[in-house]
Amino acid sequence: MKSIIFRFTAPYLSVLMLVFSVFVLLRGHNEPGGGFIGGLIAASAFAIYGIAAGVASVRRALTFHPMAIAASGLVLAVLSGVLSLPLGDRFLTAQWAFPKIFGEELALSTPLFFDIGVYLVVTGAITSIALALEERDHD
Amino acid sequence: MEVALSALVALFFGAAVYLLLSKHIIRMLLGMVFLGNAVNLLIFTTGRVASVAPPVIPEGATVPPDAVANPLPQALILTAIVISFSFFAFLLVLAYRAYQDIGTDDTDKMRLAEPEERGLPPLGY
Amino acid sequence: MTATDTGPLFLVLLFPLLAAALAPLLTSALGHRAAWPLALAPAAAFAIVAANGGGVSAGQPLLFGFDWIPSLGIRFSFRLDGLSFAFALLVTGIGAAVVLYAGGYLKGHPGQGRFFSFILMFMAAMVGLVLADDLMTLLVYWELTSITSFLLIGFDHERERARRGAIQALVITGGGGLALMAGLILIRWATGLSSMSEILGSGEALRQSAYYVPVLALILVAAFTKSAQVPFHVWLPNAMEAPTPVSAYLHSATMVKAGVYLLMRLNPALGDTAAWETILPLFGGATLITGALLALAQTDMKLILAYTTVASLGLMIMLIGAGSETAVEGAVLYLLAHALFKGGLFMVAGSVDHGAGTRDLTALGGLRRAMPITFAAALLGALSMGGLPPFFGFLAKEETYSGLAGLDTRALILTGVAVAGNALMFSAAFLVALKPFLGKQPETIHHPHEGPVLLWIGPMTLGLVGLVAALGASFTHHVVSSPMASAVMGEAVDIHAVIAFHWGVPLMLSLLTVGLGIALYLAAGPVRAVLQKAVTGVGWGPDRGFDQAMGGLVRLAFSVTRWLQSGRLDFYMTTVFVIVAAALLLPMIAFGGLPTVPGVPALEFYEWTVLFMAAAGVILVLITRNRLTAIVSLGVQGFGVALLFMFMGAPDLSFTQFMVETLSVVILALVMTRLRVAVDDHRPWIQVVPDATIAVAAGAGFGLLLLAVTQMPFNAALSDFFIRHSYAIAHGHNIVNVIIVDFRGIDTMGEIGVVMVTGLAILALIRIRVGRRAPAMPDPTETTP
Repeated sequence: MKSIIFRFTAPYLSVLMLVFSVFVLLRGHNEPGGGFIGGLIAASAFAIYGIAAGVASVRRALTFHPMAIAASGLVLAVLSGVLSLPLGDRFLTAQWAFPKIFGEELALSTPLFFDIGVYLVVTGAITSIALALEERDHD
Repeated sequence: MEVALSALVALFFGAAVYLLLSKHIIRMLLGMVFLGNAVNLLIFTTGRVASVAPPVIPEGATVPPDAVANPLPQALILTAIVISFSFFAFLLVLAYRAYQDIGTDDTDKMRLAEPEERGLPPLGY
Repeated sequence: MTATDTGPLFLVLLFPLLAAALAPLLTSALGHRAAWPLALAPAAAFAIVAANGGGVSAGQPLLFGFDWIPSLGIRFSFRLDGLSFAFALLVTGIGAAVVLYAGGYLKGHPGQGRFFSFILMFMAAMVGLVLADDLMTLLVYWELTSITSFLLIGFDHERERARRGAIQALVITGGGGLALMAGLILIRWATGLSSMSEILGSGEALRQSAYYVPVLALILVAAFTKSAQVPFHVWLPNAMEAPTPVSAYLHSATMVKAGVYLLMRLNPALGDTAAWETILPLFGGATLITGALLALAQTDMKLILAYTTVASLGLMIMLIGAGSETAVEGAVLYLLAHALFKGGLFMVAGSVDHGAGTRDLTALGGLRRAMPITFAAALLGALSMGGLPPFFGFLAKEETYSGLAGLDTRALILTGVAVAGNALMFSAAFLVALKPFLGKQPETIHHPHEGPVLLWIGPMTLGLVGLVAALGASFTHHVVSSPMASAVMGEAVDIHAVIAFHWGVPLMLSLLTVGLGIALYLAAGPVRAVLQKAVTGVGWGPDRGFDQAMGGLVRLAFSVTRWLQSGRLDFYMTTVFVIVAAALLLPMIAFGGLPTVPGVPALEFYEWTVLFMAAAGVILVLITRNRLTAIVSLGVQGFGVALLFMFMGAPDLSFTQFMVETLSVVILALVMTRLRVAVDDHRPWIQVVPDATIAVAAGAGFGLLLLAVTQMPFNAALSDFFIRHSYAIAHGHNIVNVIIVDFRGIDTMGEIGVVMVTGLAILALIRIRVGRRAPAMPDPTETTP
């Protein structure tokens, strides 16, 4: 993309979208949102960044290969399901904990980690697809 | 509302089938998009459109105070949307790669797997 | 029933299998000498069977086994009675001889270990077959013999004729196996009985059953294919492509007798009816005459023996169906005699081939000096086969004639057929046993030599057993033949035939047979010429029919495949959608499931707008010729759907749909700029009309189905459960998200797996391209962990 304005604003836009995607992911259990939507927003952020600044810089910024991110998400999802097994429940039974940190009660649960896993898989896989297609432009 | 949605679903399916019957991969790809949407709308409508309140429980309550939209088809469709998108992306890349290598998007000319002239298999033992 | 006292009998089933597993190793270590240790397996099995002979000859069958599939009432169970005892002795005893013989015959062959393995596997299957009690156990072993026979016939798989013989045998006997399966299932269905032991006890019920005729037909097809009865006999001569030990073992002594075994086994249950006593003699007699005549038309020693085997099998089938107790005794004695002399004679044929380099009678002669032991073994076999005293074959023939002889028309015909067949076989026997050894040695044979001990120990032993068994006839009858005949008759039977001259009809028939046989032997040349001319004159036979059938099958399969899989995607798509449309519309029309006609819905203006937006997007994509318009219209319909979701209480769906449509448009635009093809419809009108019809029908089908569904009462139990328990159990306010990550988490797990795999597949597709164009340029970021 040649537009200088787009090139200049795209990184900021992408960062904003990424922050928003995490917000959507975390509030998903109680309000509209969740891992799928958050993941799609994050993937769009990377896709936009890729169009503006080139695929190579997105890959550098990500550090990890997008499919590695997706794979780690799948592992996280499976682990959050496996956690219930030693506690005597079946695979994927939700486990909840409410630890108090700095006086605030924090709701930690395996579905939350499962949702984060979904988020990572969707982000990783779709970013990977988008970047692969964008790379086309150079050949 | 269900009546109007049924009509829309019929239109989506009809368009999807018509596009999929084409000999050109690009048309078939568009058909796949329609097919995905058609199925999603079909599932949504079979769950009925009784209430249009989002299925979210207000803070402090344990059940929604009023009737809400059916959450089950929504959960099914949500994942279906993402999957049909990745499927669409896959088909798109596949079509593109086929076009690069074979040089056509006409399915009649894509005869690598099932060549036009297949002679009788050997009759010996 | 307990396994304690019959435990060793399981070893009979196990030993050959163990030896089969060890055979390749042993052979690579010991070479052809591996035959000696390997022969121990059948020998040990023989000893175990023989050790259980006491109870069997007293009429006490031994039952052993365990539950296999209890829910279906299928057991892995076995029965040792007189009939299975005799067969098990033959299978293991001749098996030991054949293993030794194969050690000499295939000495130095690179596949000898494989051969040992196959033949021992076959032995395990055959022992299991003759011992099986449960019907399904019987069927499994029956099929195993067919498969191992296929492997053995095709042993020399680099020759097409061997492959053809193997396939033909498999097709014919395998087809019989299917008939057997149907027959056994039908027996079980008709009577509720699942084991031979039960069936033998309730033959009357089976014969009275309405299913008797189909059961009999199916069982007979199975027996006739396996035992090479006309017109299924063709596979047996073609199976002579196998190495000679196989011919000696499977195709004379054991496997081909499986059909005879089956009929003997079921004689108490299915026999003694008009159908049984008509069909069996008819096919058996026809087979006897056909086989014996064709035998004399051959010059290859193995083929002569093969056709006489066909004839002998016919004779046995005829005797089983003849109906008298003495005839069954004749069949029993003939079966025992035949296994001994025919197995030996086949080995002789192999030894002659080995020593003189050919099996063609017209090229053989004068080998008696070079191969005296083989000559002796040949004579032992031929004398028994010719039915001369004091050999076991003589007892069999005497008993046969006394069982058949009578004054009514049927008895006269059967006797005539038996005499004619036996006379033909008599001459065939001596053609094989005398012609190669007597006369002048042709100059074409160079350095004929006697084989090593492994080659002659088998035929000699079998020949001598045939002699000793006849000399000690009363002992043989007491231990083997009488219990066997008792099992076939279903009642106690005592066989008395011994080597002694009794003036009477049987002896006169024997003399007639021998006289005719000698005459045929002396006229062998002209007889062969006449027969060969007749065979050529007929031209077509079941053998060529088999080729035509197989060729026809290939052509049929080809044209069906051609028609079903034209290789045109639009054809496949048309087929799929025509069926979809028909499946949706026809039941609704036929069974009155059409929805009632609704009125025009009363909707808000914004709802109409959104519906119109989605519809307009769809229609624009259909008609546009411009790529950009198509992409934008695709986005429009997607956003329309997203808005619909929004208005109908599905914010999650709406967001997701928005994101997906955005990404779809972006990647579609990315690809379309590279993919330089027009998006407009290239279809000519002639195609638009049917395609549009199918599309309208399918669309209408789905629409009507949906309408009909929504007009039915709605069961909200499941949705209500999620709504009520979302917070109570899963502590979540967003019910949709709770369903996705908690209630139906395992679904979601699968779905993110799919997304992941799609991503990998797309990467792979792109990598293929990169790999082809620039293999030396790996993407630096791809290797980052």
